[in-house]
Amino acid sequence: MSVIVTTPTDREIVLTRMFAAPGQLVFDTYTRPELLTQWYGARGWNLVGCEIDLREGGRYRFSSRGPDGTLMVQVGTVLEVRPPVRLVLTERFDEQSYPGDTLIVHTFAEHGEQTTVTTTVRYATPEGRDTALRYPMVRGVRESGDRLTELLVELITNNREDPS
Amino acid sequence: MEPGGYGGPAVLDATFHALSDPTRRAILARLAAGEASVTELAAPFRMSQPAVSKHLKVLEKAGLIARGRDAQRRPCRLVAQPLRDATAWLADFRLYWEESYQRLDALLEALQKDSPS
Repeated sequence: MSVIVTTPTDREIVLTRMFAAPGQLVFDTYTRPELLTQWYGARGWNLVGCEIDLREGGRYRFSSRGPDGTLMVQVGTVLEVRPPVRLVLTERFDEQSYPGDTLIVHTFAEHGEQTTVTTTVRYATPEGRDTALRYPMVRGVRESGDRLTELLVELITNNREDPS
Repeated sequence: MEPGGYGGPAVLDATFHALSDPTRRAILARLAAGEASVTELAAPFRMSQPAVSKHLKVLEKAGLIARGRDAQRRPCRLVAQPLRDATAWLADFRLYWEESYQRLDALLEALQKDSPS
């Protein structure tokens, strides 16, 4: 169960990940602040402040503290709340290096004991998508050159087996 | 880390476009093993040489391959850097989220232990 990342259009990034839990519980972990603060973030980034007015038109505000103490704030509007299957939000970072609001669509598909979360992140511009892909998530530790070569080989090998 | 550095946004996008096609990915995989002529590249695909040439043009425009000057053979070779950049960014993005999702895995497990349904 590892995340699959695809770029179906020049403005989008899509993340798909399966979780061993029922849909409602997974939906809760994406919408309840006391749960979000326990998992959202990586590489030393932790959600230290989380407020969500969970209704259409409601606002939310996430504050994340980075490994070097930097505070990063993201705010937005809740556009659609359909528990436990769909959540649509806008997103904008306080010090964002690309223009416009980003649209985030989470869908939660329960099947048996598992739930697949598909997150479509649509940037205002293709340039914004490319910048975001390279920037905010990479504030942690950089990969070494050797790791890059390894990944290149991995990409080619995986795609060779990809029937699509 | 701002745009406009080596391999700017336009290049990244050309890379993704070039990689969106399975034949082009297969061509890159073949070239990862060493340079090849159009004839050699066309052989495993049951495609005409013009069809393969069309794919090669897309790859060349994206800077993913370079073609030799030899007028007869014009061998193609892989140019790894743009692919390496795009792969690294995508992989880094993926690794970041995987780390976060693994924390969510642990949380979901704990929550289900607390309140067995």
